[in-house]
Order: sequence, then structure tokens, then C-alpha cells
Amino acid sequence: MVSTVTINRVRKSFNSDNESIKVLEDFNLSVKYGEFMTIIGPSGCGKSTLLKLIAGLDLDFEGEIMIADKAVNGPSKDRGFIFQEHRLFPWLNVEKNISGNLSLKDPEIRSKVDHLISLVKLKGFEKAYPRQLSGGMSQRVAIARALLRNPEVLLLDEPFGALDAFTRNHLQEALLEIWEENQTTMMLVTHDIDEAIFLSSKVVVMDAKPGRIKGIVPIDLPYPRTRISKAFQEYRTVILKLLDHHVNETEDWSI
Amino acid sequence: MSTQTIAQNKAISIKKKKSQITKRYSIWRGLSLPAFVLILWQLLSSLDLLSVQLFSSPLLIVTRFIELVQSGEMAKHLQISLIRAFLGFAIGGFLGLLIGVIVGMNKRAEEYLNPSIQMLRTVPLLVITPLFIMWLGFGELSKILLIALGAFFPLYLQTFLGIRNVDKKLYDVAQILEYSRIEQITKLMIPASLPNILLGIRLALSAAWMCLVVAELLGADRGVGFMIQDARSFMQTDTVFVGIIIFALAGKISDSIVRFLENRLLKWQDSFKA
Repeated sequence: MVSTVTINRVRKSFNSDNESIKVLEDFNLSVKYGEFMTIIGPSGCGKSTLLKLIAGLDLDFEGEIMIADKAVNGPSKDRGFIFQEHRLFPWLNVEKNISGNLSLKDPEIRSKVDHLISLVKLKGFEKAYPRQLSGGMSQRVAIARALLRNPEVLLLDEPFGALDAFTRNHLQEALLEIWEENQTTMMLVTHDIDEAIFLSSKVVVMDAKPGRIKGIVPIDLPYPRTRISKAFQEYRTVILKLLDHHVNETEDWSI
Repeated sequence: MSTQTIAQNKAISIKKKKSQITKRYSIWRGLSLPAFVLILWQLLSSLDLLSVQLFSSPLLIVTRFIELVQSGEMAKHLQISLIRAFLGFAIGGFLGLLIGVIVGMNKRAEEYLNPSIQMLRTVPLLVITPLFIMWLGFGELSKILLIALGAFFPLYLQTFLGIRNVDKKLYDVAQILEYSRIEQITKLMIPASLPNILLGIRLALSAAWMCLVVAELLGADRGVGFMIQDARSFMQTDTVFVGIIIFALAGKISDSIVRFLENRLLKWQDSFKA
């Protein structure tokens, strides 16, 4: 399978006054086409920074980032981005937020927008304004907005972090449905282990200072997944151990 | 329809009725202060406690106003004043918007242009007026340019501010969605700055009226300002007051127009509305 996202020997530091903090050091990663990859790690490990580099929102780094063999040199609709805040334009209603600078008068755009609105389960809310929507609904609009442009890869930076547990679960399921229908390559950054295992086919565990890959855990579970299955819990243990050096193997944490 | 939606709809319609009723009362509340002043004024005048020569009276003013309308004088003066004001406002406002956008979007342009504009802004227009008259004569051009100058600064400043206040987070989104430069301006910067721009329009309108007064008082042979100046020199206080009230009404009506625009264009705002 062709590699969609290739990250080669990427190094990034944040410079302030006299200090230079290395955020990423010799980072290498490749994402296959259609894969759902999650990046998980402690605060400050550089996972969000990495995503912004892939998106082209930050061009200050050394190394190579290629999307389908083209080097990244700026933001583009090829790399859709879902932020933690919905970032909808408050003066536009739902359907206009999704279409953005594309014209709803174009019948092709119109039908795509209508399809996406049903996909994200917002039928009936086409004319609603962001101030009338809940957090979960706004994020769904943001996802539809990114998908309208048929991105090569959808980058999600802790997209459900600001939402309550119930909404988060619903949106995770919605995201899986979208992934199954569209087959868009997904890279999701989160600090929620359950989210990582529930959604992705591969979990990249990062360590901080400097940010580097601690381990990659392929999740070999069939979809749809149940969070309470034994296999799920086993993956949880594996990832927890990778994340936290202090977990003692011999301790029995079962209740 | 679920019972929840029915209950919600009922709540919305009750709220609407309440706000309609409150709106009706708020008009009366707004009128109460002027009405009180008028009644007091007429009383003091009729009881000869206030000199009619110096202060006139509401009845005399209304009578004079009717005379002026019937003789066609009111129309003549009002028309030329309105034309001057709107032409000046249109020119100055448009330039203010344009340059505000340029300076807002471009750091280099800001560095070159903003300091000079700020210096010009603080020069009192009263001082510039005789200069304009000297350069451009007593004709319409000097007045319209003066009004344009007055309208320019508020709109320039507010547009500049509005654009610089656009959330960078939204700008990131526009970049990812590959908005062209023009689209960035028309579909992000201007809609996002609309609250500031509308404020700028409101301020520019009141500046335009003030400059109109100054221009017409100092060098005109027609217009409401001239009418006031002329009447003053003949001690026709009632005419002076008619002129003043015309100006006040014009200011209030143009402000109401802007408010109406704000209500329509800023429906999407999620802000505190007292």
C-alpha cells in the first residue's frame, strides 16, 4: 500500500529568548493510505506540534514531511484539520460554514453538502447558526467542512477533548462511520487511551522531552469494537505500560 | 412534534410577545425625557419666566417650522445639506474602509501610512476648515471634502482595529481551506470585522453631521447651517432652534438606520444584550 504521509528525520525546537526547547528529535513515521492512526502521549510530547507540522501550519522545522510524495510547504485542503475548538465562522449558518468559499449554487457542491450533513447527522440544522449549536454539533460541522474538500488525510487534534463523555462516544462512533464510508486516511491526536484503541488500527505511543516514538501498537480488533471486551482491556494494559514507566508488572490491579 | 418542542415553542412565543410589549414601552420611555423638557420649556415661556427673544418656545418653533416648509425654504436648505452630508460621508467612509483594510492586512502598509494618518486625525477640523475654504473656495467641493475628512477617520480606525482583532484561529481555517487573498478579505476579514465597521459607520455619520455644521456655519450661502447662521444674525431664535432640531433629528435617524442594519447583519452574534 502506498504511504500517504511520510515523516522523515523531523526535528523541531521552540526558541524563546536564550532557550531552545527540543520538541521533536529525529522523528520518523509513515502512515498508509486509508489507515486510522492515533498518536497518544503525555502533555508536551509534541503530538499536537507534529500534527501542525503535517498540516503545514508551521513550516519551521528540519527534515521532510511528504504527503503522497509531495513535500509540505503550507496549509492546504489536502490535509483537512479538525481543531479542539470547532472554529466555525459565527456569521455563517451550518450549510454555509461547510461550503465556505465554495458556492452552494453549484449543484455538485449542493448535493455533496447535503450528503455530508446527513453523514454527520445534522439533517434539519442546515440554517442554524453556531451560537445555536452545542459543542458536539459544532464539531460535526467542522468535520463535514473538512471532508467536503476530499482531503488526502484528515488530521484531528484532540477533537473531542472539550466535550462530555456521552457526546465524545457518539462522535467517536460517527467518526468511525465516516471513516468506513469515505476511507479517508486519519491521524488523530489524543490523550485518551480508550479513544485511541476504540478508533484506530494503529496506536503510536510518544514520549516527551524530546518527543519521540516509544512504541507502535497495531490494534488487531474487528470493527465495531466494544470497550469492555477482554482484548480491548489487554490493549489498554499494553499501552498504559508503554506510557508510564512506573507501572509495576507484578502488581495486580484487578478489583 | 415531541412535547419538548411544543413546550420550547411556547416559551419562545411568550418571550417574543414580552419583547414586543417591552419594545412598545421602550419607545415611550425614550420620548419621556424630551417630552418633559418641551413641556417645561413651553410653560416657562408662556409664564414669561423665560425670555422669548433669547430662548423662543416650542410653539413658536413649530409655527416657524410650518412657515419654512410652506415657503419651500426648508426643502431648499435641507436638500443641499443632505446631499453634502451623504456625498462627503460616502467618499470619506469608502476611503476609510479601503485604507483600513489595506493597512489592516499589510504590516508594511501600516508602518508607512498609519503614523501620518494618526497625526492628521488629531488636528481639529475647526482649524482645517478655513484652510480648505482658502484652497478650494466657498463652493461645494470644500464642504464635501471637509465632511469626507471627518467621516474618514472613524471608519479607518474601526476597520483597522476590526481586522487586527480577527481571531487567528479562523485565519488558520481559511488558510487550510485555501481561501484566496480576495476571499480572505471579503469572506473572513470583513464579516468578522462587521461589528467594528458598523460602529465606525455610526461614528463617521455623526462626524459627518458635525463637519457639515461647521462647514455651513463658516462658509455657505445655502443649507441648514447657513439658515441657522443667517437667522442668528437677525435674532430669529425660533429659526435657529428649527435648524438645531433638524440636525438633531437627522443625527438620530441616521443612527437608527445603522442600528437597524446592525440588528439585521449582526444577528449571529452571541453577545450580552442587557
